Amino acid sequence: MTVSLSAPFSREALKKLKAGDRVLISGEIFSARDAAHKRMDEALDRGEELPFKLSGSAVYYMGPSPAVPGHPIGSAGPTTSSRMDRYTPRLLDLGLSAMIGKGKRSPEVHGAIVRNGAVYFAAVGGAGALLSERILSSEVIAYEDLGTEAIRRLTVRDFPCIVVIDSTGADLYETAPAQYRA
Amino acid sequence: MAVREINVSVLTEKVRELCISVNLRLSEDMTAGLKAARETEESEVGRSILAELEENLKVAENEKIPICQDTGMAVIFLEIGQDVHFTGGSIEEALEEGVRLGYTEGCLRKSVVRDPLIRENTKDNTPAIIHYSVVPGEKVRLTLAPKGFGSENMSRIFMLKPAEGVEGIKKAVLKAVEDAGPNACPPMVIGVGIGGDFEKCALMAKLALTRNISEPSPLPHIRALEEELLTEINKTGIGPGGLGGRNTALAVNINTFATHIAGLPLAVNICCHVNRHAALEL
Ligand code: SF4
Repeated sequence: MTVSLSAPFSREALKKLKAGDRVLISGEIFSARDAAHKRMDEALDRGEELPFKLSGSAVYYMGPSPAVPGHPIGSAGPTTSSRMDRYTPRLLDLGLSAMIGKGKRSPEVHGAIVRNGAVYFAAVGGAGALLSERILSSEVIAYEDLGTEAIRRLTVRDFPCIVVIDSTGADLYETAPAQYRA
Repeated sequence: MAVREINVSVLTEKVRELCISVNLRLSEDMTAGLKAARETEESEVGRSILAELEENLKVAENEKIPICQDTGMAVIFLEIGQDVHFTGGSIEEALEEGVRLGYTEGCLRKSVVRDPLIRENTKDNTPAIIHYSVVPGEKVRLTLAPKGFGSENMSRIFMLKPAEGVEGIKKAVLKAVEDAGPNACPPMVIGVGIGGDFEKCALMAKLALTRNISEPSPLPHIRALEEELLTEINKTGIGPGGLGGRNTALAVNINTFATHIAGLPLAVNICCHVNRHAALEL
């Protein structure tokens, strides 16, 4: 089943998604990876505001290659999500609604997803050129000095993802390979 | 015997070109491997992921957008004939300049930090990881293999005991692949080094990734092990993207070397489907 979703998300829309559903996301999402997560975590420690509103938002674990002239962004596929695991429960508890990345998540992130009714999506790793075509615009909104690791506001249209961990905690990375294990 | 002179500026130019070309286009063995995987994949999701990967390769080549945003840390193997004399400057600086130019001009991502703890980006993707070797003759062979770290992070070294034998090797390789799962962007290519010592097995595993996936080991017992491991890996069910299926790896390439009576070193260098490598002779 393929579902069209608009970002930022409503909790109701996310609740309806089941692990294994394919989605096409349109709207605004934010890219952040290792170094940006560390900075956001430190900002929260100091009681500061984050560069974007967490509630309803999706963070995309991605650091693009530089844009080729004539394109809004370079290659832009997902990076390994588990490196963000230690920062993620805090962000989910503060309202972050969805994450897009690749790879398994920790038990702590699982717990925080269920507790908050969030969703974890996977995009196809290593398909950064193709995915870049679904990104209409990209603007650095924070931590510009981090280069590729800066936080970007991305406008996407029909950005293809698959629901890996749904709001009930069902995990496609556990269930799907089991069906093909010989 | 005459000495052949080569100006190091040739190295700069060739490295520059290779950095750009390998990030835009995979070798034919890899594209054929991906196509064969799509044709045999039983999982519907797996087939659609493999189709997207093939589509991605077309977009990359046509639009000159890197296949993957992680354009890697540049790994260079330079095999130098002992009758060659390089002129015009430092070999190392020439190679680094090639990486610098390639990654800057090719709109490739700069993914290298100067110090592993301070972590400040060098902004030009240098330094590269350079391996030199000296061989007889007057030829120079340059291999470039940029490595993404989603899969590099899942690579492992096991110092096995001789008594663990082939069974121990199989168990360890399968464990590494299972642990890698979706993180390594399957379908993967598995480079394996068996024998030597701690660093030699790691180097062999990396070099194994630069061998075409359609080219088995020339040693019959190693070739049989490559085939058996591939079959076992594809029974894990991990599949394309880690979302289930029969194509978890496209190939297992093994290199071996003599080792000590007390040891059986094993390195597993995992690569994703964006297994970039190219070689040329000067
Ligand atoms: S593991 Fe390979 S395909 Fe996946 S993001 Fe890294 S370089 Fe790209």
